[in-house]
Amino acid sequence: MNLITLSWKNLTSKPWMTLLSVVLFALGVGLISLLFLLEHQLQEKFEKNLAGIDLVVGAKGSPLQLILSSMYHIDAPTGNISLKEAKPFLNPKHPLIAKAVPLSMGDSYRAYRIIGTTHDFVDLYEAEIASGKIWEQNFEVTIGHGVALDLGLKIGDKFSSSHGLMDDDDFAHDDAESFVVVGILEPSGSVIDQLILCTPQSFWLVHDHEEEAPAGEHDHDSHAEGAHPTSSIPHPASLLKEDPNKQITALLLKFKGKSYQALNMQRNINENTEMQAATPAIEITRLFNLMDAGEQALRILAMVIIFVSGLSVFISLYSSLRDRRYELALMRVSGATPAQLFLLIIMEGLILAIVGWTVGMVLSHGGMQIFAGVMKTSYRYAFSGLQFLPREWYLLFGALAIGFVAAVIPAIQASRTDISETLAEGK
Amino acid sequence: MLQASDITYTYNGGLKLVFPNISCPTGQHWLLLGQSGSGKTTLLHLLAGLRTPTTGSVSIGGTDISKLRASRLDKFRGKNIGIVFQEPHFMRALNVEENLALTQSLSGQKVDKKKIHTLLDRLNIAHKLKSDTSALSQGEKQRVAIARALINDPVLILADEPTSALDDKNTREVISLLEEQATAAGATLLVVTHDNRLREQFPNQITL
Repeated sequence: MNLITLSWKNLTSKPWMTLLSVVLFALGVGLISLLFLLEHQLQEKFEKNLAGIDLVVGAKGSPLQLILSSMYHIDAPTGNISLKEAKPFLNPKHPLIAKAVPLSMGDSYRAYRIIGTTHDFVDLYEAEIASGKIWEQNFEVTIGHGVALDLGLKIGDKFSSSHGLMDDDDFAHDDAESFVVVGILEPSGSVIDQLILCTPQSFWLVHDHEEEAPAGEHDHDSHAEGAHPTSSIPHPASLLKEDPNKQITALLLKFKGKSYQALNMQRNINENTEMQAATPAIEITRLFNLMDAGEQALRILAMVIIFVSGLSVFISLYSSLRDRRYELALMRVSGATPAQLFLLIIMEGLILAIVGWTVGMVLSHGGMQIFAGVMKTSYRYAFSGLQFLPREWYLLFGALAIGFVAAVIPAIQASRTDISETLAEGK
Repeated sequence: MLQASDITYTYNGGLKLVFPNISCPTGQHWLLLGQSGSGKTTLLHLLAGLRTPTTGSVSIGGTDISKLRASRLDKFRGKNIGIVFQEPHFMRALNVEENLALTQSLSGQKVDKKKIHTLLDRLNIAHKLKSDTSALSQGEKQRVAIARALINDPVLILADEPTSALDDKNTREVISLLEEQATAAGATLLVVTHDNRLREQFPNQITL
């Protein structure tokens, strides 16, 4: 029967008071830990998906929307740009641009986005082919690991795309040619895991085909399509050779170096063309700043809860002292030193903190796991509740410190119990 | 064995108590009689080292406990003195066995469950081993309290009004238990009381 066991028994002998303290501790710790996890994983996702992209060029509109739609694939595109305007950037001889990746967007298959792009896109995210091959011909698709896993697609499977980014059968391109899966990518942890990749020309063919049909007219505003029907080319040519009236959705640019001209390019595009250019790093910082305010508020709330939990530990220990005076005196009679009584009470504060922290961790990681499921269905982003951060250990030390501080005054009182007087009072 | 010489105690209020010298040889059983308010409990606390006398000294088994300080006195008391109080109180969060185990470990000894079982058996309450102390009858509580006083094999057993709340039958039982167990352990027993019913049972008496 050591002091820790005795502390534990003392706590469990008044379960409601103990429960209150533990629940408050757990809420505070859980909330902070959840914020840590969210912030960390969001930042990780956003940073990983930056993929060294310096500038995104697309239709005029909100720059944040342009970045979110063409880099993170979580918002609708701002519109389309004509190939004519995009062609200068696609020229491999461009003096400032190291890599230009065209994107055609607007279609999806069971809510997974189909992206018409070049092979450079795969290099951008440093993705590798796990099985099969990379898409070469129109209507061939290479799919991300997450898509394959979730939809159970295998090489050779065929599907029709749907107009729009939602999973909606009403907008299926029923009469369009079927896409065929030719390759599956290795998991990369970036957004490419959740995408279906094909040639930009496939997009035009799907919609050209549809226009020939009398029914099924949709608003094609944000849609990559051409004005003239094009015959199906087995090996699609470089976009540079394509009809300049065709459209794509956006361009991802990587500069050769951060020269003065490169930095000026954004302003030039915004002022002199029908397109807009946005810098991912700036927009993402803006987004984080927006989120930061909300996070700050939640963090203050968590602090208040933790403070109240400390207060509840203090009140519970302090108020129980009166009832326990005789017990404490008995312990002294049996040979306990004042230091042991001090430790006994401190231990109770620490046990509450440790149990509260543990329950809080379970809450936050369990909550994160549930949230990850929601995020996966609505945004195709893989979050995890099973990731643990070093910061969460600091949280344990913080909780222990609060448990200690809350217990210290009752503990000093306990250690000063006047045995003789308490026993003489007989209660 | 138990020796108290020239002890006085002055309360905060200035009231001064002067106590007679006490000398109880090893293994003997003594009765200390005094009316309410005569300072019996104070004297018992002084003898147990729960209070320090203003003057004079208390020695137990050759150790002058008035010279022991703080934690050493606590450990000495835990190991050598068993006290039975008028009202038996226990740690509410612990059952009978755990209460005795705690008494063992607080005195610095290893928890010896076999010893606890044997002792409770001797006191005829082994069947209450796992009971909550609040579920015991008054008589059972007093037995467990005696078990607690005996568990560390003390050289001195002090009993503070152990019978004042008991009827004649229980009084006889408790006193004979105390005497039996003290004899079995070879300990010195000092019963502090105002209960005249005990007069005949103790040949050795001190009156305050």
